[in-house]
Amino acid sequence: MEDNTKINDKIEIKNLDLFYGQFQALNAISMTIKPKLITALIGPSGCGKSTLLRCLNRMNDLIRGVRITGQVMLDGKDIYNSGMEITELRKKVGMVFQRPNPFPLSIYDNVVYGLRVAGIKGKNQLDEIAEMSLKSAWLWDQLKDKLHHPALPLPLDQQQRLCIARLLAVKPEVILMDEPCSALDPISTSKIEDLMHELKKDYTIIIVTHNMQQASRVSDYTAFYYIGNLIEFADTKKIFTAPDKKQTEDYISGRFG
Amino acid sequence: MKIFGEKGVERLLSVVAFSAISALALIALFIFIEGLPFLFRYGVKDFLFSSDWRPESGKFGIYPMISASFWVMLGAMLVGAPLGIAGAIFLAEFTPKTVMHIVKPAIELLAAVPSVIYGFIGVVVLAPIIREIFGGPGLSVLAGAIILGIMILPTVISISIDSILAVPVSFREGSLALGATVWQTVHMLTIKAAKSGIVASIILGMGRAIGETMAVIMVTGNSVMIPNSPLDSARTLTANIALEMSYATGMHREALFATGVVLFIVIIILNSIASVAIRKKVIVK
Repeated sequence: MEDNTKINDKIEIKNLDLFYGQFQALNAISMTIKPKLITALIGPSGCGKSTLLRCLNRMNDLIRGVRITGQVMLDGKDIYNSGMEITELRKKVGMVFQRPNPFPLSIYDNVVYGLRVAGIKGKNQLDEIAEMSLKSAWLWDQLKDKLHHPALPLPLDQQQRLCIARLLAVKPEVILMDEPCSALDPISTSKIEDLMHELKKDYTIIIVTHNMQQASRVSDYTAFYYIGNLIEFADTKKIFTAPDKKQTEDYISGRFG
Repeated sequence: MKIFGEKGVERLLSVVAFSAISALALIALFIFIEGLPFLFRYGVKDFLFSSDWRPESGKFGIYPMISASFWVMLGAMLVGAPLGIAGAIFLAEFTPKTVMHIVKPAIELLAAVPSVIYGFIGVVVLAPIIREIFGGPGLSVLAGAIILGIMILPTVISISIDSILAVPVSFREGSLALGATVWQTVHMLTIKAAKSGIVASIILGMGRAIGETMAVIMVTGNSVMIPNSPLDSARTLTANIALEMSYATGMHREALFATGVVLFIVIIILNSIASVAIRKKVIVK
């Protein structure tokens, strides 16, 4: 991993604090995310890892009473203070949610939703991107004959990959994944993990996971969080074999969490 | 102290519940017994499609009233549906929850205002304005449509808000996370997902509009004729029954009951469509 340090950081989080009302959920978080690699955020429930993830595309803005200080730099620009449109940010930093959330529309309309939002109307262009996106999410062969069927009856793993396809259609630079496999069975999970390896070629991926095997399987870097603090952030191999901190070791060896 | 016991209470409640239901059933039965024989004796076609309503000469054609009810209802929809849906979207999506929780019950309270009050406002405020601006008698189909359009707002707004709020947050989040604005999310996703409830709210509003009596009597002018313009005076089915029942006898009385049968069937159909639409919610696993 050493050679990657030369590449500019995709995201740099500087001294980020987050409060829900009086409660401080994140404490002075600083970390950097390398481009076209997978960074995993692990830690017990309530440690702030999902909250941090939601800072990166400003989804926390939807929650009232949230206050954020510090900086999140995307390609060197502060996403909170540089006058960047929130809709533009979210087109660059896409998100896959814990529960698959395809829209109650047809499969096709789901995939092109983000494009329509962006004002793209040409049918050929939409068709083309829809096909490419479904292919990238390994859904094209299964779904090409029922593009205009509703998306909600699909099995959960196809729903989740449809959500990924929907995201790929808008060509994000960063993909945030909030426990993307927690609603899926092991076979579906491994399909998503394989897909992540494939996507890593083109996208910067940050995944929150409860599943430590998953973190060790898919990620290049791992950050361990505990009650709002970043305890340790390093190469995944190092975190899982020779962590510096006792707390990290206790957590990954299953002593708590 | 054990007068009733578990079984006794159960039986008592079932008697009370059953008597409420049977009262409704008896009303329906009564209307049909009084109205149906006349309907067949006089001829369904003549009754529904003849424009000749002269009870003193034995002529009972309710087409003018059907036409009036239809136009007043349609007008009420044109006034009430856009206002109601826009209001519901605004309250559900663009207003802080705390404000909505105050405003929504306030709007629902409007349904409790006696209809005679709406009629009163129609006569005193609305009719003179219409007379001034458009001419004509003022008491007209237009006045009825506007008053009824306002009266159905609580129904449309309340049910539409409920169905918009029933759309899972995960859909909204998904849409916003793709870079959509709140308004794009509303019209590309939320309204589509809430469509059945919104349609139901409009249909229930239609039922309310066609069944409303007092306000309509006060503002539509009540002349028995097919309205040719929104400014014409007209008499709806409900107004016809209410205005004439007090002195009607014999055939005339039966004809009014038959009018009630027609209304009853229309409203049953509307409400059935609405309840099917409400039941057809978005499937969320």
